[in-house]
Amino acid sequence: MANLLTASAGTMESNDCLMIVSESDQLKIDLESIVYKQFKDQIEKVIRDTLKEKGYQKLHVHCQDKGALDYTIKARLLTALERLEKLK
Amino acid sequence: MRRSLLFIPSNSPAMLQNADIFGADGVIFDLEDAVSIHEKDAARTLLDTFLSMYPLNHLEIIVRINQIESSIQSKELELIISDKIDTIMLPKATVSSTMILIGQLKKIEIEKKLTKKIQIIPIIEMAESVLEVKDIAKLERVNGLLLGAEDLASDLEVSRSIDSLEILMPRAFTILAAKANKIDAIDTPFIHKDDEDGLMKDAKFAKQLGMNAKACIHPNQVEIINDIFSPSKDEIKQAQRIIEAYHKPENMHKGAFSLDGKMVDKPIIDRALKLIDKAKAWHLL
Repeated sequence: MANLLTASAGTMESNDCLMIVSESDQLKIDLESIVYKQFKDQIEKVIRDTLKEKGYQKLHVHCQDKGALDYTIKARLLTALERLEKLK
Repeated sequence: MRRSLLFIPSNSPAMLQNADIFGADGVIFDLEDAVSIHEKDAARTLLDTFLSMYPLNHLEIIVRINQIESSIQSKELELIISDKIDTIMLPKATVSSTMILIGQLKKIEIEKKLTKKIQIIPIIEMAESVLEVKDIAKLERVNGLLLGAEDLASDLEVSRSIDSLEILMPRAFTILAAKANKIDAIDTPFIHKDDEDGLMKDAKFAKQLGMNAKACIHPNQVEIINDIFSPSKDEIKQAQRIIEAYHKPENMHKGAFSLDGKMVDKPIIDRALKLIDKAKAWHLL
């Protein structure tokens, strides 16, 4: 099995999130959040919109959210994506 | 007009989103010392995304960048410069590094078609900076000087003391250079965040020397610093009396007149007008 590249950004501190992105042959979003029930759809939307904006169709995104606002979700994903690109 | 400038670490969402609630006149989003070398990319992206979504229009937005000509500095400047930023704070400033920054800002402002001219606060925190401060203060876009005592102490190979005797001369040089060029003299932060008495003493001394603002490293310092660097009620009242007396027909065309047995002339009138402007700006009138 080929080694799939993985990169991460963010922290597990309050108001932040840890975003881990890995190469994948499909688009998959795993979300864990302390506000999952209330904001699952909103967080997923930010992730999907950001991936679309950056042109990603296939990627595994794992987000561990500790109450991050939209700008933090977006920024952490952008940084993780930049770090992933640097590994290529 | 500045009294308090609060440092906010740029890689902390919890701090970023509360930046405007502490009552500081300006916030310094820090990309330098408060961010580890491995997190510089994350911090600048977080800050840029934050400012895009939450413009803080009622505050001066200052960004402390990394040292000029470091491998990360030009990249971060290109990402971070926008109409959302008012001022760049330049660490380890010299005449040469400030001029490089001016050139970089001009280029980016044209490329990004900015509607504003980004200003600069150089940090005077090396022996070389202190010696060059009068020339740094004259450069275009420089509208304030921040004395950085901690790095300066390292450069001078001295320890920092609670009475700050070791920075007396750099403080005086910074104030003279700022005042000679009619820009802000901003004092070094007081790093003992829980010592309120120490902060008051240090800030009052800085004000007495001529500083007109002070940087804060913790939100609990803002209120004390605002109080100390604001004109007092008595000072405002006295300034109003001076202006009232100046506007009396018998005094209007005199070079100097007398109030309460003391001479009042142009420098005193100018100082009173400036004090009233500050009092209005800070809603003390």
